Amino acid sequence: MDFIANLPPHFFRIPIALTLVISLVFINALIMVYLERKIAGHMQFRLGPMEVGWHGLLQTAIDAVKLMSKQLIVPDKAHTRLFRIAPLLAFTPAVLPFAVMPFAPNLQAVDINIGVIFIIAMASLNVMAIFVAGWASNNKYALLGAMRSVSQNIAYEIPVLLSLLSAVFVVGSFSLGDIVGYQGKIWLFIVQPLAFLIYFVSSVAETNRAPFDLPEAESELTAGFHTEYSGMAFALFFLGEYTEMFVVSSIATAVFLGGWHGFPLPFFEYSSVVWFLLKTYFLMFLMIWFRWTFPRVRFDQLLNFSWKYLIPFSLVNLLITAVVVKL
Amino acid sequence: MEKFIENIKTGALRETQDYSDQGLVLKFAQAETLLKHCQANSLWPMTFGIACCAIEMMSVGMARFDASRYGAEVFRPSPRQSDVMIVAGTVNKKMAETVVTLYEQMPEPKWVIAMGNCAVSGGPFAIEENYTVIEGVDKLIPVDVYVPGCPPRPEALLEGIFKLQEKITGKRHPFPQNRHP
Ligand code: SF4
Repeated sequence: MDFIANLPPHFFRIPIALTLVISLVFINALIMVYLERKIAGHMQFRLGPMEVGWHGLLQTAIDAVKLMSKQLIVPDKAHTRLFRIAPLLAFTPAVLPFAVMPFAPNLQAVDINIGVIFIIAMASLNVMAIFVAGWASNNKYALLGAMRSVSQNIAYEIPVLLSLLSAVFVVGSFSLGDIVGYQGKIWLFIVQPLAFLIYFVSSVAETNRAPFDLPEAESELTAGFHTEYSGMAFALFFLGEYTEMFVVSSIATAVFLGGWHGFPLPFFEYSSVVWFLLKTYFLMFLMIWFRWTFPRVRFDQLLNFSWKYLIPFSLVNLLITAVVVKL
Repeated sequence: MEKFIENIKTGALRETQDYSDQGLVLKFAQAETLLKHCQANSLWPMTFGIACCAIEMMSVGMARFDASRYGAEVFRPSPRQSDVMIVAGTVNKKMAETVVTLYEQMPEPKWVIAMGNCAVSGGPFAIEENYTVIEGVDKLIPVDVYVPGCPPRPEALLEGIFKLQEKITGKRHPFPQNRHP
C-alpha cells in the first residue's frame, strides 16, 4: 500500500486521461461522420442516412464494422512496412494534444507551461504521416496528393502560429490554463478579431478540408494520399482527420472563445465542460457548413491566399499587438 | 490485348480466376449474420460510369431518389475503398481491360451490379454488325444483380441495391424501416 501511495500523482493521472481521450476521439469521430452526412443531406435537400436506427443513428457504427471486415490490400510495389505504419502515424499525434487541453477548470491532464507550442508541434506531425502514406503507396496519385498536402501545410502553419502568438502576447503565457483563465474578463476573440479569423481560416486549410481539400481532390487525384488504402487503414486516416478537426476547434475555443467560461447552465452540474463542447462543436459545424457551401479552390489560389494575404496580415496584427502590449 | 480479347471471346478469363470466398476457418453464426447485415447496409459504390446510364446513377445519389437513406451514397473514387461496382453503361473492348482491373483492385467482399441493357446483354448493340461492344459485362466479371432498362429508372437501381442487400443477408429489409418526417 505504501508503495502505491508514494507513486507520483501523474502516474495515475496520465493513463486515466489517455483512456478517456481515446474514447473521446472515437466517439467524436462517430458523431462527426454522422453529422457530416446528415448535414450534407439537409443542405442538398436530401434526408441523409435514414434507415439504420432512428434517423440513421447507427449508420456510422455499421460502416465501421463493415470497414473492419474488408480485406486489407498492400500493393505489390509498395513499401510494406511504411505503408502499414502510416495510418497509425496519422492517428497517434492527433490524440496527444488532448493531454494539455483544458476542458474544464479541473479537467486537464497536465498543464505544461508551453501548452500552445506542444499542441502545434503535435498537430503538424500529421503531415509526416500523410507524406509517408503517399510515398509508401508507390502510386502517382498518392504521391501528388502527399506533395500537395506538405506544401499546403507549410504555407498555412505560419499564419496559425502567428495568430496564436498574438493571443499569447496579450495574455503573456504559453500555458493553456493561463490563457483560458485570463478570458474570465473578456474573450480574446473580442480583443483579437483578426487573429481569430486568420486562425480559423488557416486551420480549416490545415485539416485538409474543403474548400482546401486539394490533397484528396477527387476530380483530379482519385482519392489523393489514401488512394491505395482499404478497410480499416483508410478509416484510421478519416479518424485522424476528424480528430484533427476537433483539435483545431478546441484550440480556437480555448484561445479565442473563452474556453470553459460561460454563465452557469440551469440543469447541469458541470456546465463548464458543456460550454467548452458546445463552442467546439459550433466551430466544427461551421467547418461542415464551409465544406458543403464552397467549391474547391485552385492550387495557386490556395498558396497565394496564404502567402499574400494571411501571412502579411497576421504579421501586421502581431506587430500592432506587440506595440499595444508594450505601451 | 489480342490475347485478352481472345479470352473474352472464349470466356476463358472467367474460368481462370477463382472468386470464391473461403471465409474464416471458425464460424460464428451470429457474428457472421451481424457482419452480413452491416455489409449490406453500407454499400459504398465506386465513382465509375461508362455511358448514358451513369446519368441515372448520379440521379440516385441526388435529392429526389437519395440513396443516402440506405447508406449507399458514399461514392468512393478509389476502388480500394468501395464495396459495389455499378457497371453503368456500354462496355466496349477498349474499356474491358479497365473494368477488369478496377474489379480486381477492389478488396473482398465485393459485389457488382450490371445496370442497363448494355451491361446486362449488350442492349441496342447486340446486333450482327457489332464488332466492338462486349455483350454483357458478365463475360468479364461475375455479376450479382442485373438491372434491365435503357436506361433503368433510378427507382430500378434502388431496387437493384435492395436486391443486393437481400442477396447478402438472405432476407429483404422492409423499406422504409422508419417513418420519414
Ligand atoms: S442501356 Fe441504354 S442508356 Fe444504358 S448505357 Fe446502354 S444505351 Fe445507354
